[in-house]
Amino acid sequence: MDIIEFFSYDFILRALITGSFIALVCSLLGVQLVLRRLSLIGDGLSHVTFGGVALGIVFGIYPIYIAIPFVILSSLGILQLIERAKIYGDAAIGIVSSIGIATGVILASLAGGFNIDLFSFLFGNILAISRTEVIISIALSAVVLAVIFVYYYEIFSITFDEEFARASGINTKRINSILVVLTAVTVVLAMKVVGIMLTSALLILPAVSAFQIAKGFRNSLIISAIIAVLSVMSGIFLSFVLNLPTGACIVIINFLCFCGIFLYTRMKR
Amino acid sequence: MSSEIITAQDVTVRYNSIDVLSDVSFSINVGDYVGLVGPNGSGKSTLIRTILGFLKPAAGHISVFGHNSVEMTQWEKIGYLPQKMSFLNPNFPSTVEEIVALGLLSKKGFPKRISRQDKTAIDRALGLLHITDIRRKLIGDLSRGQQQRVLVARTLVNEPELLILDEPTTALDPEMRESFFSMMQEFNSVKGVTIILVTHDLGSIGKYAFKLMYLDKRIIFYGSFGEFCKSERMSTYFGASSQHIICHKHD
Repeated sequence: MDIIEFFSYDFILRALITGSFIALVCSLLGVQLVLRRLSLIGDGLSHVTFGGVALGIVFGIYPIYIAIPFVILSSLGILQLIERAKIYGDAAIGIVSSIGIATGVILASLAGGFNIDLFSFLFGNILAISRTEVIISIALSAVVLAVIFVYYYEIFSITFDEEFARASGINTKRINSILVVLTAVTVVLAMKVVGIMLTSALLILPAVSAFQIAKGFRNSLIISAIIAVLSVMSGIFLSFVLNLPTGACIVIINFLCFCGIFLYTRMKR
Repeated sequence: MSSEIITAQDVTVRYNSIDVLSDVSFSINVGDYVGLVGPNGSGKSTLIRTILGFLKPAAGHISVFGHNSVEMTQWEKIGYLPQKMSFLNPNFPSTVEEIVALGLLSKKGFPKRISRQDKTAIDRALGLLHITDIRRKLIGDLSRGQQQRVLVARTLVNEPELLILDEPTTALDPEMRESFFSMMQEFNSVKGVTIILVTHDLGSIGKYAFKLMYLDKRIIFYGSFGEFCKSERMSTYFGASSQHIICHKHD
């Protein structure tokens, strides 16, 4: 199969465009989450997504429409648990994440067990993405990108030193809420690319790869974005050529990028 | 116009029904250099956070630049260095220049942007702290002393009128600590910046600060270092020999 044939399929183009947008958003948010030691929020919220998707399937509503508000509310719940109940971030994520999974399992059981629909959300299938999903994904990704652009300096300042940011007149509570809501939306979108089980990889791996060679904060965002987009594109290509699951291929390529950069930096020393 | 920058009136702060600050009243004037000292848990950081409006007093009132601290809006007049040095993420991928620029955000409207015009202020702050040559280095690649200078540059880049430094010398060795206190004294005397500096180093700060505030949930002493050394109350509080050792350090 040649490269022209690869690009001639509509579903491939849809997957490449949507996957790149979602990868871009994941990589930018991932940098903030990893630096704030909140990497696991992606994992936790993806488990919650499972509950939201199951809810949608049980009630016959398109799962993403249910999953987005469900995950946004859960993400704000995590913030409330941290701030009001004075629970550590990882514990709050653990609580909300297990409730998400438990809800999903109960609903799946009520619906007669795990069906094909639920499985496709667990492991993702970007090659099967519909036109409507492409529009929703690109529109939501564009909103997330715009918000990150507008609040870039506030997010940077809070990520580096929240107390100082507060004394600079930045409304840290509002920015934190915005960040978790953006993460919630992104996690739901990422579900289509790599599936619920692998979403956190799309958030964490490009960021940690970038940190090894980045020469500054802005630089780390750019490198993380390049790695994420290239991994999604090559993952889709690889999965198509070798007939392997797309989500898993994307994650493995992301991991290979991490290993390659790690070895490069060690050899350079 | 009043020369008072901060006035506190009978301020009490509570955590879980326990008073961590009790009936604190004082005023700080333009150009003061106040050393805020006291044992661990004496309420030093709580007082700083209350001045900044992060904590709401259970009773009393703090006024900063003529406004209630909990309704603070004049952030551009304040330079704050949090007690963060030991918690600094050594792998944070950010250059010295990027971090110093964050100090300018308090002056910016919405959306906040750092422009080319801000380069002058950043250059000046880097020069002031003698860190111009490391401006493109990552914060994690610097020594503790250099990192501290970067954080101070971030605090000063906005040319604040009031500088609040919460234990800025904890991570520094004694020699660098002295040099830091001396540098702050220069800012105070040359630039006229009002300074509140929290420290455990009662002996050293006495050499540089105009005033000492000794806190132990309430104000035990507030006055000049000379008065501190002569204070019978302090003599009783510390024991005459300890007081002599602290004060003798500067003879």
